[in-house]
Amino acid sequence: MSADGPSVGHRATAPGSIRQAQQDPAWVRWGLISIAITVVVILVVIPVINIFVSALSEGFGVYCDNLFADSDTRDSIMLTLTVVPIALVANLIFGLAAAWAIARFEFPGRTLLTALIDLPFSVSPVVAGLMFVLIFGLQGYLGPFLRRDGYAVMPYLTSLPAVVVFIVTFFLLQPRREKERRGPWKHPKLALLAGSAFVFGLFCFGQQYFEVWPRNQSLKIIFATPGLVLATAFVTFPFVARELIPVMEAVGPDEELAAVSLGANGWQMFWTVTVPNIRWGLVYGIILCNARAVGEFGAVYVVSGHIAGQTDTMPLRIEKLFQEYNLPGSFAVASVLTLLAIFTLIAKIKLERKVPSADDHPAMRNAPEAGK
Amino acid sequence: MSIVIQGLSKTFGNFAALDNVSLEVPDGALLALLGPSGSGKTTLLRVIAGLEVADSGAVLHEGEDITDYSARDRKVGFVFQHYALFRHMTVAENIGYGLKVRRTPGAKIRERVDELLKLIRLEGLQTRYPGQLSGGQRQRVALARALAAQPKVLLLDEPFGALDAKVRQELRQWLRRLHEDIHVTSIFVTHDQEEAFEVADRVVVMNQGRIEQVGKPDEIYDHPATPFVYQFLGHVNHFHGRIQNGRLRLGDAEFPLSSREAAQDAPAIGYVRPHEIKVRAEANGAPSIVAIIKHMNTAGPLVHLELERADDGGRFAVELTREESRQIPLQTGARVFVELRNVRVFAEDNQALNPNLQAREETP
Repeated sequence: MSADGPSVGHRATAPGSIRQAQQDPAWVRWGLISIAITVVVILVVIPVINIFVSALSEGFGVYCDNLFADSDTRDSIMLTLTVVPIALVANLIFGLAAAWAIARFEFPGRTLLTALIDLPFSVSPVVAGLMFVLIFGLQGYLGPFLRRDGYAVMPYLTSLPAVVVFIVTFFLLQPRREKERRGPWKHPKLALLAGSAFVFGLFCFGQQYFEVWPRNQSLKIIFATPGLVLATAFVTFPFVARELIPVMEAVGPDEELAAVSLGANGWQMFWTVTVPNIRWGLVYGIILCNARAVGEFGAVYVVSGHIAGQTDTMPLRIEKLFQEYNLPGSFAVASVLTLLAIFTLIAKIKLERKVPSADDHPAMRNAPEAGK
Repeated sequence: MSIVIQGLSKTFGNFAALDNVSLEVPDGALLALLGPSGSGKTTLLRVIAGLEVADSGAVLHEGEDITDYSARDRKVGFVFQHYALFRHMTVAENIGYGLKVRRTPGAKIRERVDELLKLIRLEGLQTRYPGQLSGGQRQRVALARALAAQPKVLLLDEPFGALDAKVRQELRQWLRRLHEDIHVTSIFVTHDQEEAFEVADRVVVMNQGRIEQVGKPDEIYDHPATPFVYQFLGHVNHFHGRIQNGRLRLGDAEFPLSSREAAQDAPAIGYVRPHEIKVRAEANGAPSIVAIIKHMNTAGPLVHLELERADDGGRFAVELTREESRQIPLQTGARVFVELRNVRVFAEDNQALNPNLQAREETP
């Protein structure tokens, strides 16, 4: 026991000295904490509360009137609700495709693609908006064409999805067994090529023949909803892909290969294995993308043209109401955006606890012994 | 023949993973693909499974050419090295996946899953998730999942690679017994020769994308076809000398060869395993070389000696049983007489003995 004495005493003193070495004096700690809290209160908490206070300053009835009685404000909310989902779906599809390509395949230009995905983060939104004006504006590069007969491209554009639907159907109807594949499935490449050409031609010709689209009219992209969608999609373009690439890389291709070797087709593999594995990354990406798309101002400002009731999204409407000295109205719309932001923040925090959990990391779940 | 492989080649960039590999796997065999990392054994397994596409060559399954079939049409069960269990599905859902995607009725799936759970002795764990299982349990679930749709061939990629030594030992015996019960043609990949010899009834030794030797475990161990096989299966000593009159001449001593293919009067390398060397304290007239004990390790059932040849300073290792070691006084620095048994000489070494080869073989 006597031999234990000094060592126990030594152990008792050691943490004390370590604590002193690691921790700063109380005044430093409290100083830093109070500075941080003061800054957050002044810069974040007070302004956010002020938005709600100002919005509701004339009572809840006026607040509701400000939001829904003013037809221009109502239209701006509707426009945001139209533009954001379209941009979101476009970016979701693109993000999945890009993440899949980057995480699963080796191809020339892979690094370049990874870098280009981040481009919208580094380009100023105003520059992005201007870029679209220069290309799609009626005075821009494509202007002469768009002015003359812009709708002429529509049959071709709408035929492309039809071709995609045809290709997907072809593979879905393909017989499971190699031996049962007869007719078009015997020569899949030829059948796909011929079939796609036929479907494309049929749709194009059909639309032109029945004159679905107006002729000799200019197609407005800039200062119209398509321009808003383009600008919003461009600015929010990296979110989904950037969330998915690390998740897909961490999960690895093994489970997907296992599904295929167990007899799943591509569709089954995607929905039963890939999507469940990346679902939290996907939801997280969508939430971030949505938050940014709803609040986007700069790029949208350039391409919108400020036609009240037609091309004003919610952030643009806030600015316009503010310029018109309609502060309660401006704050009412702002409060809706703020509520959305707070909701996003809560969802993000909830999900962040989920994303890095063992659920999505194969290294932790499936092969803890591998490291030995 | 269950699986016939004809002239498979596959390159990744400049690296030839498979170089004109041909192999026949009999029905019901339990075959091991054995080789060091980078020898192409996993690539071969993945080509058979359809997870990788070979540049040239063909894979036949019961006479049918399945080279162009996709993985899902091959009726092959594949067990991944790290199991690749679906982590968001329960054990039962994992095992039933192969049946579910083939649109088997639910009652049949449940029946088959229960049957397999019994086979892998994990009854009662069907509602667990893979994350709640031990490594050995996961391995067995992966196996059951691969077996669920009654594959014609079972392929296992380093099935015990990620497990600790004790579990590995248990699972080896279990896999052996399982194969005796269900008798599905199985191929597994391993870099561990002990594992290959213990589990498999046929072993294929691979090196640098080529097959070095195919045979029963004892055939391969007793009659290695190439220097590579000889060296890969356990420790080996090299003795540089000359072939004369069908014997290996080292200094003044001549040792008989266990193989007869050796050329006459040429430089040669004799291969001798550490346990095939006899050590004596005194010369007794039998051919022997003189060596000095440099190091000895007496822990364990065998006594390990490191000796240095008195004539050219070459080092070699010897293993003696405890009993043998007691008959001679052994101590570091002592001079002993060494007799070699079962000396093997490989024809290709005699022709070549090129610097390249020698450099490779100097490493112990």
